[in-house]
Amino acid sequence: MNIVVCVKQVPDTATERKLRSDDKTLDRDAADGVVNELDEYAVEEALRLKEAHGGEVTVLTMGPDKASETIRKALAMGADKAVHLVDDALHGSDALGTSYALAQTLKKIGFDLVVLGSESTDARTGVLAAMLAERLGVPQLTFANKVEVNGTSIAIQRVTDYGYDKVEAVLPAVVSVVEKINEPRYPSFKGIMAAKKKPVEKLGVADAEIDVAQVGLAGSWSEVADFAAAPPRAAGTVVKDEGDGGVKAADFLASKKFV
Amino acid sequence: MSVDRVLPTPEAHDLLDLVRDLIGKEVAPRAAADESARRFPREVFTTLGAAGLLGLPYPEEHGGAAQPYEVYLQVIEELAAGWLAVGLGLSVHTLSCFPVAAYGTDAQRESLLPEMLGGGLLGAYCLSEPHSGSDAAALTTKAVRDDGGYAVDGVKAWITHGGVADFYTLMARTSPDGARGISCFHVPASAANLSGGLSFGEPERKMGMKSSPTAQVRFDGLRLAPDALVGAEGEGFRIAMAALDGGRLGIAACAVGLAQAAFDAAVSYAGERRQFGSRIVDFQGVSFMLADMATQIAAARALYLDAARARDAGRPYGTQAAMAKLFATDMCMKVTTDAVQVLGGYGYVEDFPVERYMREAKVLQIVEGTNQVQRLVIGRALAGPRP
Repeated sequence: MNIVVCVKQVPDTATERKLRSDDKTLDRDAADGVVNELDEYAVEEALRLKEAHGGEVTVLTMGPDKASETIRKALAMGADKAVHLVDDALHGSDALGTSYALAQTLKKIGFDLVVLGSESTDARTGVLAAMLAERLGVPQLTFANKVEVNGTSIAIQRVTDYGYDKVEAVLPAVVSVVEKINEPRYPSFKGIMAAKKKPVEKLGVADAEIDVAQVGLAGSWSEVADFAAAPPRAAGTVVKDEGDGGVKAADFLASKKFV
Repeated sequence: MSVDRVLPTPEAHDLLDLVRDLIGKEVAPRAAADESARRFPREVFTTLGAAGLLGLPYPEEHGGAAQPYEVYLQVIEELAAGWLAVGLGLSVHTLSCFPVAAYGTDAQRESLLPEMLGGGLLGAYCLSEPHSGSDAAALTTKAVRDDGGYAVDGVKAWITHGGVADFYTLMARTSPDGARGISCFHVPASAANLSGGLSFGEPERKMGMKSSPTAQVRFDGLRLAPDALVGAEGEGFRIAMAALDGGRLGIAACAVGLAQAAFDAAVSYAGERRQFGSRIVDFQGVSFMLADMATQIAAARALYLDAARARDAGRPYGTQAAMAKLFATDMCMKVTTDAVQVLGGYGYVEDFPVERYMREAKVLQIVEGTNQVQRLVIGRALAGPRP
């Protein structure tokens, strides 16, 4: 099985994240880049599927040169090779533009299964998997906390507010995963060493036959109109227990959909 | 605070990054609770093993990572700063692998090392006995040869990982001929499956490192195959001393890591605690203590790394190893004690980790040769052979 995992480099959520004042895109120099956390679960799931069914795991990243750090991490975990889509023309692409660029690349490199995290910790649109599937004309199996492949068919448990749905499809397909699906492995020291020798193919927009009018800041359908720093955290709500503290706590949790 | 390290290769930097990641997520967060509960974290060693850290200074062909001591020891230092029981545990495991790696036959290396270094197994090192500590050559545990191999009888004491280890590197007497009558054996814990003869004492109730079991290992007619012998008969004491030279550097690295952890806690506290309207770090009485601590830690690190580089260059390093162990562990006792002082009353209670660091530091002045024995080693080297 030819599995492609899409991974994204995002700013470390533990550091202060900023937008650039000039073009209102992410300031990638302001924070350390790390692998988007949910994409680590995607890499782990891809590796487990490969270990169970054989085949090959390819990492696909779209991002600037610095995103090669993210590729190396995924290769150190055990992926076989990588494709790095890197081109200045892609800078500032929104979710629609990104899904187009990735879909073009996926058509070029081929796949039986595409796996990715269900959202990124920076933009948090959570729509990429669905857009990719539409662009590629293949089934989308999103928000999976369990994936099973049997021959050419694939089944997932799709996490919902009320439990889970069982969703089945025929390969090729796109799967997005949630954090309950597995526990990502640490790379081993040997894996880190081996990753340096694994092939990383760099593609530009021309290589992937990407129409530059549909990507980048200019080609994006959505636009960041304005932004402001998040206000300092306000004091929390204090609920005084007058014999009904339990009810109030339960109501609060219910209002946030925790219960 | 992350220590800025000069490392010999880019891969060593990658290794240290991996180690720091593992410490932050898998090691340090559970240290205080497991120490308090006296719970041995076997699964932490499994995690370290899966990451390839249980055979760092040994050749790649046998499952090691071919890292120089200069790098391996800095991994130990970082682990000890996160949790001494884990850093020291890894040092003991690595020491336990040394005799087979350095003195084993090709057949022994090929059959034993991949599992010993590969991360699945944990080792223990059995030299001391209840009445034979500093005078190690006075050990009385016997291995008697017969046509089927060896029968072992005796008691080993103060054994780190006693009862939880998968293999025991054993020094036992094969003849009455003093230090020349001692031999080294590789004892898988499974050796007792067939005929019995291996049991363990209750873990000692220690002052610190309570999560790491230290217990007697008792041999009562344990049968060993002939190929359990490592090196020649009578070569065991020499092997044990050579292993300890490396082990002493491991303890020195542990001491530097533990002192660094205590120092970091003290600096952090002194920068936040206010008295008389100022941060206490701005009082000279405190900042001079911290300055001395920082200087002593840096000096101890430089000393053990100097010895490590001598070893990596194939030069004699036993005397420097003894100096590093002596200096680093005495330094660690002083620094951890001063860290408690910087925190005042808060340093004396379990809400902060420094009282634990101070309790843990003491054992480092005792293990792998007391600091009096280190002075003996250094002094003998100065005196040269007796005329």
